[in-house]
Amino acid sequence: MMKIPYEAIVIGASAGCMDALSHILPHIPAHYPLPIIVVVHLPPDRDSVMASLLQEKCAVKICEALDKEPLLPGTIYLAPPDYHLLIEEDRTLSLSNEEEVLFSRPSIDVTFESAADIFENKLLGIVLTGGNNDGAKGLKTIMMNGGGGIVQDPDTAFSSIMPDYALAACPNAKKMSLGAIAAYLQDIVKG
Amino acid sequence: MPDKTINLEIQLLLEAIYQKYHYDFRGYSMASVKRRLIQAKSHFGCNTISQLQDIVLHDPTVLPILLGYMTVQVSEMFRDPHYFRAIRESVLPHLKTYPSLKIWVAGCSAGEEVYSFAILLREEGLLDRTIIYATDINPNALQKAESGVYDIERLQLFTENYQKAGGKLSLSDYYTANYGNATFDKTLRDRIVFSDHSLVTDAVFGEMNFISCRNVLIYFDKALQDRAIGLFNDSLPHKGFLGIGSKESLRFSSHAAKFTEFSRADKIYQKQTIL
Repeated sequence: MMKIPYEAIVIGASAGCMDALSHILPHIPAHYPLPIIVVVHLPPDRDSVMASLLQEKCAVKICEALDKEPLLPGTIYLAPPDYHLLIEEDRTLSLSNEEEVLFSRPSIDVTFESAADIFENKLLGIVLTGGNNDGAKGLKTIMMNGGGGIVQDPDTAFSSIMPDYALAACPNAKKMSLGAIAAYLQDIVKG
Repeated sequence: MPDKTINLEIQLLLEAIYQKYHYDFRGYSMASVKRRLIQAKSHFGCNTISQLQDIVLHDPTVLPILLGYMTVQVSEMFRDPHYFRAIRESVLPHLKTYPSLKIWVAGCSAGEEVYSFAILLREEGLLDRTIIYATDINPNALQKAESGVYDIERLQLFTENYQKAGGKLSLSDYYTANYGNATFDKTLRDRIVFSDHSLVTDAVFGEMNFISCRNVLIYFDKALQDRAIGLFNDSLPHKGFLGIGSKESLRFSSHAAKFTEFSRADKIYQKQTIL
C-alpha cells in the first residue's frame, strides 16, 4: 500500500477562480481522505455565496471556514471574504482581521505560510489563475518546508500573472492544466 | 523541515511579558500571534524572538510598540452596516423601554465602533440616557479612541457604511475636517467612558444591556473564548444582547446554550436565563 504523501491541500486563486475551481473540485469524491483549504480573492462587501455555488456542482462537502473549526477530511474549506485564514497547531482553523497583504484579505500567502508551518512536508500547495502576485511567496515557503507545489500552466490560465509569479518563485513546482490537477488530486490518495 | 525553536521562544516571550507587565497573551490563537511577533521582530531589528524578549524585558519603551503588534487594530465606522441597521431597527425598540442603558464595546481599539454607537444612539434619541463603556488593553489605542480623530481618507468608507446602516443625516454632520483629519464632535464623547479592561484577566464591572465584541474573540484560543463569553454572560441580565463578529460563532463555546440567536445573519444573540 502506498501511503498518502500529504495531510492537507491548500489552493489559491484569484481572477477566474470560479471557473478554474469548477474544473477541479467536482472531480473530488465525497469521501476524499484529506481536508482542502481554498483561498480566493472576493470583494469584501459581497455576501459569500461561493460555497453554495460550488456545492451544487460537487459531491465533497464545501463550507465557508468558521473560526476554531477543526479541519476534517472530505471537506473543502473556503476562506471567508475579508478575513485571513490561519491554521493552528491542533489542526483547527482561525480567522484574523489583520491588515491586508498585497492588497488582499484573505491573503493566499498568509494561509499557505501558516499551513506550511503546521503541515511541513505533508502539505500540497496549488496556485491557479489570478491577476496579481499573491501565492508565490506562500508556495515558496511550502516547497522550502519540503511540501509539494503545483502551478496551473500559465498558457491555460484565465489570467497568467499569478501562475507566472508562482513559477518564477518556485521553478521546481509542477506545471499542469486544470484537468491534470484534478486527475493528480485523485491519484495521490489512491492506495 | 522548519525549525520549531521559534514556538518555544514565543511561549517564553509571552510568559515573560505576563510575569513582568501582566499582559496575558498566553491564550491567544498562536498562528496569528506568531505572524505578528515575526513582524515585530523585524521591526525591532532582532534576529530571534529571544532577542525580542531581551529588549522587551530591559527597555521600557519596547512594550508599548509591541502591544501595537499584539493587538490587531483594524476596524471601520459602521463596519458590516447590516449589523448597525439591525441594532437600529430591531434591538433599540427593545432597549427604548428601559429608563437608562449601558452598552459595552469590548476591545474597542481606536474607537470606530464606539462612535458608531454614539451616533446611532443620538439619532434614536437614546444617547442622553446611555453610558457607553469602551474598553481595550492597549493604552495607545484607547488614547486614539478618546481623541476621536481619524485620517480623512478613511471617511469615504465610513460615510458609505453609515448610509448603508440607515444613517438619518450626513456623517459629515458629526465631524470637522482639518489638516487631513476628521475630528468627531466632542459632545458624542459625553456619554462614553474609556477604560482599560482585559477580557483575559479582568472581571465583570457592571450590568450591561448590550455588549458588542466583534473580531476580538477570533484572536483567542477556545479556552480564552470561553472565559470571555462567560464574562459577557455574567454581565448581561436576562434578555440582554450580545453582538459578535460576522464570522464568529458561539457554537463552539461551552456557554452556547445560555444564548439564543436574536438575529442569525447579524450575529446578535440574546441571553436566556434558564429558570
